[in-house]
Formats: sequence, C-alpha cells, structure tokens
Amino acid sequence: MACRHLTHLACGWNGEVGRRLVTVTLLAVFLVGTVLPLGAASSPEITVGLNGDRTPHQPNNDHDDHASHNTTKKAFPVLSFDFERIGMPFEISLWVLLASLMKLGFHLTPRLSGIVPESCLLIVVGLLVGGLIKVVGQKPPVLESNLFFLCLLPPIILDAGYFLPIRPFTENMGTILIFAVVGTLWNAFFVGGALYGICQLEGVHLKNYDLLSCLLFGSIISAVDPVAVLAVFEEIHINELLHILVFGESLLNDAVTVVLYHLFEEFAGVGTVTMVDVLLGIVCFLVVSLGGILVGAIYGILAAFTSRFTSHTRVIEPLFVFLYSYMAYLSAEVFHLSGIMALIACGVVMRPYVEANISHKSHTTIKYFLKMWSSVSETLIFIFLGVSTVAGDHNWNWTFVTSTVLLSLVARVLGVVGLTFVINKFRIVKLTTKDQFIIAYGGLRGAIAFSLGYLLDKVHFPMRDMFLTAIITVIFFTVFVQGMTIRPLVDLLAVKKKQETKRSINEEIHTQFLDHLLTGIEDICGHYGHHHWKDKMNRFNKKYVKKCLIAGERSKEPQLIAFYHKMEMKHAIELVESGGNVKLPSALPSTVSMQNIQPKKLQERALPQIPKGREEEIRKILRTNLQKTRQRLQSYNRHTLVVDPYEDGWNEVLLKRKKVIELEKKINQMSNYLTVPAGPPESPTLARARLSSDPQAWSMKPDSDGVPAIKVDLASPQSPPDSVNITDEFGKRSGPPAGGGEEGGLVMKRPHPPPSLSVTAATKEEKGGRRQQQQPEEDEEGRDPQRLMRCLSDPGPSAEEEEDEPFLP
Amino acid sequence: MVIRTDSPVAAAASPTPRDILCPILSLANNMGASQSEHEFKDLAERTGFSLDQIKNLHQRFKWLTNHQETLRQEDFEKVSHLSLNPIKGQIVKAFFDKRNFGKHEVGLVEEIGFEEFLMVMSHFKLPNKKLTDEDTEDVRTEKLRFLFNMHDTDNDGTITLEEYRHLVEKLLSTCETLEQDTSLAIADAAMLEVARITVGHMEPHEVYEGITFEQFQQILKGVQIETKMNVRFLQMDTTTMRCGK
Repeated sequence: MACRHLTHLACGWNGEVGRRLVTVTLLAVFLVGTVLPLGAASSPEITVGLNGDRTPHQPNNDHDDHASHNTTKKAFPVLSFDFERIGMPFEISLWVLLASLMKLGFHLTPRLSGIVPESCLLIVVGLLVGGLIKVVGQKPPVLESNLFFLCLLPPIILDAGYFLPIRPFTENMGTILIFAVVGTLWNAFFVGGALYGICQLEGVHLKNYDLLSCLLFGSIISAVDPVAVLAVFEEIHINELLHILVFGESLLNDAVTVVLYHLFEEFAGVGTVTMVDVLLGIVCFLVVSLGGILVGAIYGILAAFTSRFTSHTRVIEPLFVFLYSYMAYLSAEVFHLSGIMALIACGVVMRPYVEANISHKSHTTIKYFLKMWSSVSETLIFIFLGVSTVAGDHNWNWTFVTSTVLLSLVARVLGVVGLTFVINKFRIVKLTTKDQFIIAYGGLRGAIAFSLGYLLDKVHFPMRDMFLTAIITVIFFTVFVQGMTIRPLVDLLAVKKKQETKRSINEEIHTQFLDHLLTGIEDICGHYGHHHWKDKMNRFNKKYVKKCLIAGERSKEPQLIAFYHKMEMKHAIELVESGGNVKLPSALPSTVSMQNIQPKKLQERALPQIPKGREEEIRKILRTNLQKTRQRLQSYNRHTLVVDPYEDGWNEVLLKRKKVIELEKKINQMSNYLTVPAGPPESPTLARARLSSDPQAWSMKPDSDGVPAIKVDLASPQSPPDSVNITDEFGKRSGPPAGGGEEGGLVMKRPHPPPSLSVTAATKEEKGGRRQQQQPEEDEEGRDPQRLMRCLSDPGPSAEEEEDEPFLP
Repeated sequence: MVIRTDSPVAAAASPTPRDILCPILSLANNMGASQSEHEFKDLAERTGFSLDQIKNLHQRFKWLTNHQETLRQEDFEKVSHLSLNPIKGQIVKAFFDKRNFGKHEVGLVEEIGFEEFLMVMSHFKLPNKKLTDEDTEDVRTEKLRFLFNMHDTDNDGTITLEEYRHLVEKLLSTCETLEQDTSLAIADAAMLEVARITVGHMEPHEVYEGITFEQFQQILKGVQIETKMNVRFLQMDTTTMRCGK
C-alpha cells in the first residue's frame, strides 16, 4: 500500500515522523476528497470513489524521494527540506482546506445534499479521516476543548449573535427563556436522576457511580447545541417562530450548562450538597448569565463607540467588530461567565450602531468574514467530531449508552410538552402540537457536550471514557437520526415554512405604524405593557445613546428611512446583477410607473404655472442635496479603499446607476411638484433598466475637466431609438425646472446628439449640476448653452465619491 | 358609501349612543356596585371583554374624563406619553370615528361615551377562545379594517397618495432634521410598490386611484396582524391614575 510504503520511507529518513505522516495522510485524504464530488456526480456510489482512488499519492511520493536524496548528500543542498519549521501552520491550513473542500464537494452534489444534512456527511468524513490516520499507525487528533472553546466556537456564536433576528427573539423572549432555563434544568436532573436509578439496578455493574457524577453527566448531555441546531435548521427552512425558539434556547441554555457543570464538578469531589450550596448555585446562575450579558454589552458599546471614529480608516473597521467581540468572549470566560451570552450580547448591542457608522463595504466585509469563519468552524467541528470518535478510548456499556439515548429523548419530549402547556397559557400565538413536536425533535446535541465531557478530569472521574462514549452516541443519534429525518417530517406534517419574500416597504411602514398605535393605545388605557417599555427604550436610545455612539447625521435617521435606503441599495444591486437588461428587478413584470399613481386632478391641470415660492423651494431642496454630496466628497482621503477607480469599476457602475435612479426619482417628484403633463410612455423601471445596460457610458475618465468636449461612446449596446426616447423623457421632465417650462428641455437643444451620448449627457447634466453648485443660478437653470456645454462635459465627481453613498440620497 | 364593519358586536338600534349610555353611566356612578355590575355584564357580552377588563377600562375612562360621562378630544391631553407619539392625531381621531363603533355609520363625533370607548378598544383585545381558521380570518379582517379606516381619512374607500404621504410624514415627524422630500419619496415608493404588486400592468394613461381595502389586505399578507395588534387590558397601572389628578 502506498501509505505503508510512505511510512517506511519517512522512518528511514527522519526520526520525527509523526507530524509529517499525519500531514501526508491528510493530503492523501484530501486528494481523494476532491475527487469525491466528481465521483458522486457520475455514480451514486461514493464509496467507490473513496476506496478506489489511491493514485494521486504518486506525485507526493516522488517528491519526498527527491527531498530525502538531497539531504543525504553532503553537497550544497540545492533543494532542502525542513518540514519542522512550517509543520504546525501547514497542518492547520491543511485541515481547514480539507474542511472547505468537503463543504465544496458537498454542495456540488445536489442529490446527496438533498437527503443527508451536511453535518452528518462531515462527521462521516471525519470518521474516514480518523480511520485513515489510525490505519497509518498514528494517533488521530482529538477535538481539544481549548481549541474548540477558544477558536472554533466563537465565530459561530458571533455570527449567530450579530445577525440575530432581534424582533422575533425579543417577542418570544419569555418562551425561549423558559425552555432554556427550566427545560435544561429539567432535562439535566431527569436524565441524571434516572441514570443514577438505572446504575443502582441489579445486574448493571455500575453501582460505584454516585448521584453527583450522574447529574454532571445529565447536565452535559441535556443542553441543546447551537452549532448542531444551526446546521440542521438552516437547511430545512422552518418558519421563523420555531427557528428562533429552538435556536434561542440553544444559545441561552449555555449559562445553565456552565453553572451546572461547574457546580457538579466541584461537588463531585466533596460528595455532599447542602441547602446553602443550592442557593449559591442559583446565585451563581444569575451571576454567570447576567455577568456574561454585562461583559458583552460593555464591549459592544465600546465597539460601537470606536466605530464612531473610523471614518478615516475604513480598512480596519471590520476588525474592531471581531476583536471586541472576541475580547468579550475571552473576558467572560476568564471569570467562568457565560462566554456565549457575552458574545450574543456584544453582537446584538453593537450591531445597530456599528452599522450606522461603518461604510457599506465594511459591512459587507463583516458579513462575509463572519459567514466564512462560522461555516469553516462548523465544518471543522463536525469533522473533528468524527475524527475524535475514532481517536478516543471507548468504554461501551450497552445499558448505560442505550438508557442515555432513551432518557434524553424522553426527557426532551416530556419537558417540551409540559413547558408548552404552561407557556401556552400566556402566549398569544399558541404553540400547536406540531410545533411542540418540532421543538422536541429539533433538540440536537453537539460538540459543546463532547468538549465538556472531554474536559473532565480522568482522576476524579474514572468513568470519563464511558461518559464520552455515551455522549458521542447521543450526538450521533441526534445528528444522524433526528437531523436526517427532520426534513421529511417537516414536509410530512406540513409545518409552516419560512416566507421567502423580502420585507416590503409597505410592510415596514405599517409595522411601524402598528407599533406606534399599540403604544398609544397602551398609554391611553394606562397599561404599561411591553409596547410602552419598548417605546421608552427607543426614545432613550434615540435621545442619548445614538448621539454618543453614532457619528454625524445618521444618528438621527429614523428606522424607516434607513430601511428605505437599504431597499434602494438592494434595488440598485439587483439591477446591476441582472445585467441591467430588460429583465426587471422586481419579480413581477410590471409596468406601473410614477405617473400612474399621481393624483388625477393634478394631471389634468396641465398648465405649468410655477409659483415663485415653489421654485425657490425646489432650488433649495436641490441645493441642500448637492451640498451634501460635496461634503462627503471632502471627507475622502487616502485611507479609504478605492485607490484605482478602474479596479473598483464594478462598484462605480453600480453606484452611478443608483444615482441615475435617484435623479429620475427627483425629477419625478419635481414634475409632480410642478404639475407637468405626463411624459412619454416609459416607466421608470424600464428607463432605469435601459440606462443601466450601458456601463461604459458611466465610467468615463475624469481627465477632461473644463474642456467643453463630450465623449461619444459608440460601443454602447444601446439601440438608438431607445436612447433618444430616454433623453426625451429626461428632457421633458427636467425641462420645466431648468428651462422654465419649455417642452424641449435641455438636451433637446443640442443638434442631433449621438444616441448613447445623450444618455450620458442626461446623467452628466445631473453630475455637472452637483459640481456647479457655487456658480450663479442661471447655470443651474442651464439657459446659457455655452455653460450648458461645460456643464455637460464636466465629468463631475466621478470615481472618488462613492465610498459611503449607498445609504444616503 | 357605507363601510361594512366586521365587528362581532351587534349594532344597537339607537341613533345616538350617548342617550342610552349617559343614564347607564350616571346610574352606575350613583347606584353602587351591583347596578354597575349588571351594566358591565351587558357590555361584556356585547364587546367580548371580561368583567375585570371592563372595570379597569371604566376606571381609566373616568380618570380620562374627570368623572364626566363623555370623553372629548381634549381629554386625551392628559395622557402625557401620548404627546410623544408621532401618530397621536390619528389615534385620537380613531376614537371619534363612527366607523369604528360597529354601527355602520360614517363621520366624526365630538364626544364619546364609555361604550364607544370600549368598542374602539375592542379592536385591540385578545381573542377569548381558541380560534378556528375562519375566526382568525374574521379577526384579521376586522383589525385590518380598523387600520385601513385610520389611513382612509376621507372615507372614500381608498387610501390615496395624498393620504399615504400624510401617513409617512406623520410617522417620520419625530425626526426634526428630515427633509420633506425623503418622506415623499418613501410614500411614493411605497405606493408604487402597492400598484406593482396589486395591479401589475398599467398603461401610462391609466391612473392608480389609491389602495382599496382588498389591496390593503393583499400587501399586508405577510404581517400577522391578528397576533400583533393586541393589547392586554388587565393590570392597569393604578399609580398613574392616582397621580394623574
């Protein structure tokens, strides 16, 4: 076998083979792993691909041979080999690469991922890798508790906390807390107590196990694991309520688990528990949970405060988010507080403020980094679980293991049913039997339990191996059996799934209206319910906290406007992603435009009589907008990300398109103000789509400053009639404010403009307008053709201004 | 146009509700507990509130009106928190809108009695029993109708662009630094969205009149109004009632 051969070779050449060998094996598995998806795609038998493919070893082998020859010769080593030096990082990268490739392979095989959850497959991969390492004769690595708790877990929890859906979470806070605290306690004591009872039975031969170690085991095994829950629930797309209930429980039960674990571990040595100890335990629980939240909140506020000042160093912005949260986690762990709760609190507290402060790019960076880290961590955790299963010493006791699996199932079901019975008395939306079933069935156990079990001291707990075996069995049972069957069951029971539709602006408006309405009604009847307190908190937040933590104007931006801007942004992105073709951004092929929704009375009154005051008002609005752009322009400096406008061309195009959309909107509004007769039959969406299908026109070089020349872009894919049409529309709509109601408008004055040029000109007119804010007013009105020319040829603020645009009009 | 109200309460035959209610209230005030209890039971049957809730609300009503029989717009000034509410005007108006009394009438009144007060409040009460799907749909329609009426100020059956703009403007009115055109833009975008979702295709010369109630229901499909638009009317805060005087 290739592996054996390798071993010999390595042994003869170097004494310290362990590391290297593991690495080589990993590399081998890896190559196999890369073949796996292809094999699976061609044939349903994956195992064939796994077992039959050993040839990729050969190149490695040759390479090693050469390397060893080189070192044995005394001559100057042309090529030397020093694995020691890079061993550690190399191995780590190899593991991560393995994990990533596995994930990749998994998603390349849709048939497989339709049946088996990713977590199961990863565990299987882990088992195979572990087996392979063992076959080679090495000891496979075990999922070290430190590695798990300090490196792998935090990214997942931070991802969950930062992107926690606050509204459903707070609305169901009571239910989640009851499940997390009372449910976990019940599970721990029920499983622990019953196991103790079973151990005392005749013929089991486990009599030397005391109650406390059984309870300790119960507390380890009873906590629902966030990693496992996330992995499975994200795939089954269950409705928001159930998702947040199970997931929220898995997050918040951490405090209970931590306290119970430390409590029982402490007392297991002593043997007796007094009433005082129980009381201390309760106090400890409060300290651990509230302390964790406090630590998290403090770091969250610090992070928000820091992000207030990062406007000049955008590049390191995302780092603050990660570092502060990790610090929060570590600081909480120092005092044995609940690190998970600290992370959640940190993420939740910092997010609204940080998001208001940082740039859109940083936001994207944070999002992607968090997602990337958490998915890699998750993959690694499951693979390591598999590897550790092979690696660990096992003590299989049929009675203990089977009764553990059964008891944890029974305890979960009883706990959920009993608690829902109580909870339903207080809930407005009752939890149905189906819901209860999914909550009970979704109680997956995972790597946290394993790591806690692994942490146990073998001196104090001689039964550690047996515990670990039982824990692994329970994990495997829940992840494999429950994880694999939950999707068919969800389908079978017709449990409500997640709504795929995005939140619309109307929903946002009416939700906010409803919030205010309920607050008002509560105030009127003097009932200080949760709407009242929520409103008070919002007010406090707006009045004091936001001012301290958010820089500049955005601190005063109401939620609705923020939502609107985000929506606009998304719209623009979609527009670009769709290639700007005739394909419309919205799902519906709609041709409704602004003119359709204008009130009829105004349209009939066709005479554009602009009152003097009105005109002044419009000008003022325009000017304030223009000035804002200007100010933002000045805040630009070399620390920002865009250095080469061409490197960032994509974004540029996107933002420019956005501007066109906005321009159009303003024009629309203006025509509304000015009661202009309806323009030509062109919907804004269509116009937008057409305009945006012309990327070259927008990315013009900013070098022709002041030269009255217009760059003609003949490479435009536009068909002439279309463009002219748009020009007409723009001209007509923008005409009245500029040319005093003249039908032709600005652009039409130009004799025979080339098709794509006119499109460019229309936007340039806007851009130019922004540039020319300090010039006399005739310029804005564009009466002077000479100036108009300059205005048009002026490229205006081009590539540099775009950093923070998306959120602002 | 007569608005159909889906309130479960049967309409009373009296043209002016105050006429029946005033004696009831004065009786209740004068004659001691047993008498008022009887009246309350009657009200409880008609509005679906529990007796405790009615008692609480009545206490609050008396506090609001300074022990008068009728409630006027100015009385709401006493609720200090309300002045911070951006949609205060609409909320107060809803209490004087005949459409919300469940009597198939339209228009505004100057003052209301306790029964009307209860009727308006009943739009926010929790369902008493477990609801079937049909009941849920009814509750939902009724609540949505209440909301729709709040927006449709001129009672022409549609929320026009003007009305929508007014609504958004009010929602954003707590923000001082806002330019006016932002709220306009939001309202326009929202209206456009409604038109797109509900109508789909429109010729340029066609005019979208406004959101009808059916369209209103359609756009709020995703919001669980029936579970969200609820206030628990128990546990009234008595300290503020005492402090208020």
